[in-house]
Amino acid sequence: MAERLLEVRGLKVHFATEDGLVRAVDGVDFELDRGEVLGIVGESGSGKSVTALTILGLTRGVNARFEGEVLYKGRDLLKLREEELQSIRGNEIAMIFQDPMTSLNPVYTVGDQIVEGILAHNDSMAKRQAKARAAELLRGVGIPNPERRVDDYPHQFSGGMRQRAMIAMALANNPDVLIADEPTTALDVTIQAQIIELIDRLKDEFNSSVILITHDLGVVAEIADEIQVMYAGRVVERGATRPIFYDPQMPYTWGLLGSIPRLDKPKTERLHSIKGAPPSLINLPRGCMFRPRCPHAFDKCFEEPALENRVEEPGHLDRCWLSVEDKRDLREATIHGELSAA
Amino acid sequence: MAAFIVRRAIGAVIVLFFVSVITFLIFIVVPGGDPAERMAGKNATDENIANIRKTWGFDQPVYMQYAKMMQKVFTGDLISYSTQQNVTQEIKRGLPATFSLAIGAAIIWLSFGVLVGVISAVTAGRWSDRTITILALVGISMPVFWLGILARYYLGPEKLGLFPDGQYVPLTQNPIEWFYHLILPWFVLAVLFIGFYGRVLRSNILDSINEDYVRTARAKGLSPRAVLRRHVLRNSLIPIVTLFALDFAGVLGGGAILTETVFDLNGVGQFAARSVRNLDLPPIMAVTLLGAFFIVTFNALVDFFYAYLDPRIRPS
Repeated sequence: MAERLLEVRGLKVHFATEDGLVRAVDGVDFELDRGEVLGIVGESGSGKSVTALTILGLTRGVNARFEGEVLYKGRDLLKLREEELQSIRGNEIAMIFQDPMTSLNPVYTVGDQIVEGILAHNDSMAKRQAKARAAELLRGVGIPNPERRVDDYPHQFSGGMRQRAMIAMALANNPDVLIADEPTTALDVTIQAQIIELIDRLKDEFNSSVILITHDLGVVAEIADEIQVMYAGRVVERGATRPIFYDPQMPYTWGLLGSIPRLDKPKTERLHSIKGAPPSLINLPRGCMFRPRCPHAFDKCFEEPALENRVEEPGHLDRCWLSVEDKRDLREATIHGELSAA
Repeated sequence: MAAFIVRRAIGAVIVLFFVSVITFLIFIVVPGGDPAERMAGKNATDENIANIRKTWGFDQPVYMQYAKMMQKVFTGDLISYSTQQNVTQEIKRGLPATFSLAIGAAIIWLSFGVLVGVISAVTAGRWSDRTITILALVGISMPVFWLGILARYYLGPEKLGLFPDGQYVPLTQNPIEWFYHLILPWFVLAVLFIGFYGRVLRSNILDSINEDYVRTARAKGLSPRAVLRRHVLRNSLIPIVTLFALDFAGVLGGGAILTETVFDLNGVGQFAARSVRNLDLPPIMAVTLLGAFFIVTFNALVDFFYAYLDPRIRPS
């Protein structure tokens, strides 16, 4: 059995604001083994980024409240002191962010910014050595002429190249866990696939595991081993990648699947969308979080379903009261948009 | 590089030309500005006045008068109407005091301004930030002439006797006395700028602290201090450079009129103030051009320095 790297137990992240308590993450559990790719999927505001940032301790602040555990190799990251976390950040757990245009500091060269991350965790390394390593990393992520490009500034890189540089920076200290928070959202479609392939290749090379956060199920389809769908700060469905795509149990997952443009299906009038907006994280709805937007909601949905295994497939969990038979009947129609008016 | 310097030099000449024309024209239209009448005194005869007009060239066409004056500015032969002293000599006499005041005060206001801004931003919302904010607003609102007089009265020989009573002692004559005499003027002049810079820097820092690249820096595992110094402060200080260069240029060019006057430093600013009171065009013209020269020069320096600070605007 592969080494267990990360174990998140009952994680809750709440922020006190002037308008009230924002329940950004409200009970999330998952585990990540070495070499595994976990996809976390959900709309904006579903708590996926907050979960990721909390793992690295980047959501800490006077107004933030945490509950639960984030165990990395058995140590609870939520309880570590700031200095202890610093030695983990960028070293054992590294992160790539959404917008490579703003995630690099415009006033330092790309090389300097990678070197900075290397030196932060290798006191004894000489600057020249770190720079050689930076060039090597840039070569590894497919930047041509890396010895010359290390001295370029971010504005001299294209968007795709900047994201490659961000990946190089994240891998600089050979992390065990790589968290990619919407790494392709700000990029052209043609570049998106390249970046995903790059992450997939490098995770094997570096023997890391990956948490890939996205709102686009299409992005994780290729590389995720397991997918976790989040809605309003909770996990609403979790399972291995194949069952999530071929036997999705949660109407919210159906909606996400229906909103992927597909070339292999006859063209419908317009792209299907999930009606309505995610609930306010201050005033959560009663019962199932998705109930107000769910076309199949019924009386029982005023009571919140637990995240549990309801199908034969072990490890495939969901939060939906519908019977397995009803789901099979309703699913195809919902995914293909015929029921969207319901 | 050479093209940049040439372009800025041409620009500077144009700016200085317009500044001089405007200064000259204001003087022509201002009531009671006729220098001949002023020079002739209260009980002068018409003949007397006509005589002065002739000898000083006030009877010539305006553009001729302007050309003559400009010529004298550059040859250093400008003579004051009211004191008949050589203006260039007077300005040279005032420059050491003005430069001493400007440089010392600039060092104080820049270092304290940055310190105050950083402390206030880092502790934003806490009592230290609130206290600093109130003090900064008090500092900005306090008129220099009032603060200067209070400082001179209470800290000077009149009350506590901690500091000498104004006046400038040349550095070459006695460095210790020079320093001792300038401490009060430096701080009095710096107070306003400290408050202002602190406020500007505080908001710059609070803006850049939310930048994505700051989050990246934290995710890399840098210490909070390294993140603040290398990523937040480095970028927040860029706008401060512009402010500083222009404020410093203004004070160098005799802009600290009130401070110089309150502490009787006899610098260029005080000289300018005296000349304005006497509607004495030649020194006003010279000091105005001097100030404009410093502003234009420092503006060019800022642009040059900006390219160093921000690689995005560097010509490739």
